[in-house]
Amino acid sequence: MLEGLSDKFRKVLKDVRGHGALSDSNIQDALKEVRLALLEADVNLVVVKDFIAAVKEKALGKEVLGSLTPGQQFTKVVHDELTRLLGGSEATLELKGRPPVIMLVGLQGSGKTTTAAKLAVHLKGRGRNPYIVPADMFRLAAVLQLKKLASEARVDCFDSEGYSKADAVCAEALRIAGIKGYDCVIVDTAGRLHIDDALMDELKTLKGILKPSEVLFVADSMTGQDAVNTAKGFDSAVGVTGVALTKFDGDARGGAALSMRMTTGKPIKFVGVGEKIDALEVFHPSRLAGRILDMGDVLTLIEKAEATLGEKEAKELQRKIKKDSFTLEDFKGQLQQIKKMGSIESILSMVPGFNAVKNAKDVKIDEKEILRVEAIINSMTMKERVDPSCLNASRRQRIAKGSGTKVSDVNKLMNQYQDMRKMMKMMRNSGGRGMKGLLNRMR
Amino acid sequence: MFKGIKAGLASLKAGLARTHNAIMGNVEAAFSGASREEILENLEESLILSDIGVAASSRIVDELRGQFAGKDPERLKELLRSSIYRILKEAEAPLVPTASPFVIMALGVNGVGKTTTIGKLASRYTSEGRSVLLAAGDTFRAAAIEQLELWGERVGCQVIRQAHGGDPGAIAFDAVRAAISRKSDVLILDTAGRLHTKTNLVEELKKVKRIVGRELPGAPHENLLVLDASTGQNALNQARLFNEAIGVTGIALTKLDGTAKGGIIVPIAGELKIPIRLIGVGESASDLKDFDAREFVDALI
Repeated sequence: MLEGLSDKFRKVLKDVRGHGALSDSNIQDALKEVRLALLEADVNLVVVKDFIAAVKEKALGKEVLGSLTPGQQFTKVVHDELTRLLGGSEATLELKGRPPVIMLVGLQGSGKTTTAAKLAVHLKGRGRNPYIVPADMFRLAAVLQLKKLASEARVDCFDSEGYSKADAVCAEALRIAGIKGYDCVIVDTAGRLHIDDALMDELKTLKGILKPSEVLFVADSMTGQDAVNTAKGFDSAVGVTGVALTKFDGDARGGAALSMRMTTGKPIKFVGVGEKIDALEVFHPSRLAGRILDMGDVLTLIEKAEATLGEKEAKELQRKIKKDSFTLEDFKGQLQQIKKMGSIESILSMVPGFNAVKNAKDVKIDEKEILRVEAIINSMTMKERVDPSCLNASRRQRIAKGSGTKVSDVNKLMNQYQDMRKMMKMMRNSGGRGMKGLLNRMR
Repeated sequence: MFKGIKAGLASLKAGLARTHNAIMGNVEAAFSGASREEILENLEESLILSDIGVAASSRIVDELRGQFAGKDPERLKELLRSSIYRILKEAEAPLVPTASPFVIMALGVNGVGKTTTIGKLASRYTSEGRSVLLAAGDTFRAAAIEQLELWGERVGCQVIRQAHGGDPGAIAFDAVRAAISRKSDVLILDTAGRLHTKTNLVEELKKVKRIVGRELPGAPHENLLVLDASTGQNALNQARLFNEAIGVTGIALTKLDGTAKGGIIVPIAGELKIPIRLIGVGESASDLKDFDAREFVDALI
């Protein structure tokens, strides 16, 4: 995600750290670096200037608090300012009206159709009964694309096939949604340029029909300096209520997010983080700011774990960790949960400090390793899984044969398992500051 | 014919007018600056605003700094123009099929306009009297195959396809075999959009390329990277990583009809020396044009 920025800031702050106190001159250099980093991250130049001015004012005016080093102080100022700029607290979806309508607008190729399906999955997961309406009558096969995505998501979808005009689709879909009692309607519209007056007029007409409580501007996180103009253009034409930022799982530094937020004042509500249909996250400004500064994103990680694990399983796991009765069977369950949560790399990227590790060592996480470990555990008897201390040489040989691995692989897993139990003991005793140790072990 | 070129030029100019205004508006504003350094600094900022990037912008301005002593706006404009032209001219190289079948593999991140560019390219080659075969290699995105088939219907060329979720390598295999036996002049292979950072998906692309090369030595003749003009500095990463993995032989820059400036191709041309083949300046098939450095710069500044 924004690790490019994080790395830059860390370097900058390292320099400040050595200087004793925040002075006009040493902060000047740091600010210059911050400016460069933000520009390279595609933050709009005007926005960068405002940001730098605000950080400078706050950093110089502030007393260095008791135990903080000047570097930490500067980090805090940058972090606070970044959080403020990104919108302070997270913004929720406004679902008002009968039924509430969410309308997706944006440029061609920004990811509206995919986001429509992901949003439906998101709302369904929160107990809603969404209805998807494909109203992109322009791009070839756009309607079919959304119909297919909807059936994959097991969400009902209006059949726009056979219609030629989006306004007719919207009116009819709204009527049906009212009859069938859907409690939210997600409307995908055709991609268009903000300077195409005819198409922007069509969007205004659609908005008049739909009376949406949310008009989400779907924007590519790789957008450059122009993000400001497109966001402004759509906002002034149809009144945007929020932004959904897509393709955030690449290496784009995502400066567009800062730009759009600053120039339109509209909150960023969602980020798309992968190809899978559930790869949509609620946008958290403070967490993102932390991420920019490489403070990690543990909260998202925990939330993700909770969503896939379920409360009951999470509690059970906690109990087991507490009682030190974590077996290989539990370990296998864990691996399956991790697989559900997404790629290992995307999970690890939320762990504080991991970005630095990754870049330094060019770590490639081997997803096949998980399969191997699973195979090994599957080749064990239940007794062996619960009490691995009974694993003697002949049992290990049998397991290796059964799982198509080598005895050394089995031994390696057993060592990892023992390490993990030790880690859990550490976490029990120190209350959670064991992430670093875990990371070291993984390397 | 002459009329067509003129009309094309006009639409390109219209498409780039906003860019022009953005840059030159700033250049003119730059003269309100008191000192020469201020003028140069403002100029650098206006280049940054067009997505040319910090490094390339300061390089261009440093060059101007050496050549330009006074404050004459026309002179400045001339120098800026020739500075950018020199960079882009080296990358100007239209895409001309040199073999038969000539195999083009389109690649790029999600949503840049690969399928649309393929459709437009097929339309161009067909109207030139070449026989074109399309291959629906994007088996991942829902309805991507159908989208390409509709283009095939529209343009009047055949499409090699398999079911959704199929193996893109198998389609590439079929397509190359079909292109050879049907004696097609051009085969254009669509691929699923993928972020350049997804190692496994880039590996898949390498495999497709390998299969094409095995079935037809020398193919694919063109690995065409499609870039969205509204993309910022990340386009440089895209070009770099795809180039390292696949060996990009040409670039198509799409969506130049908005307010996006497409300035990112300046550092790409300067740093990576990848030929820029095509630009997309509108929705219709005729809006895909050969990249022309002079035209581009003239419309830009």
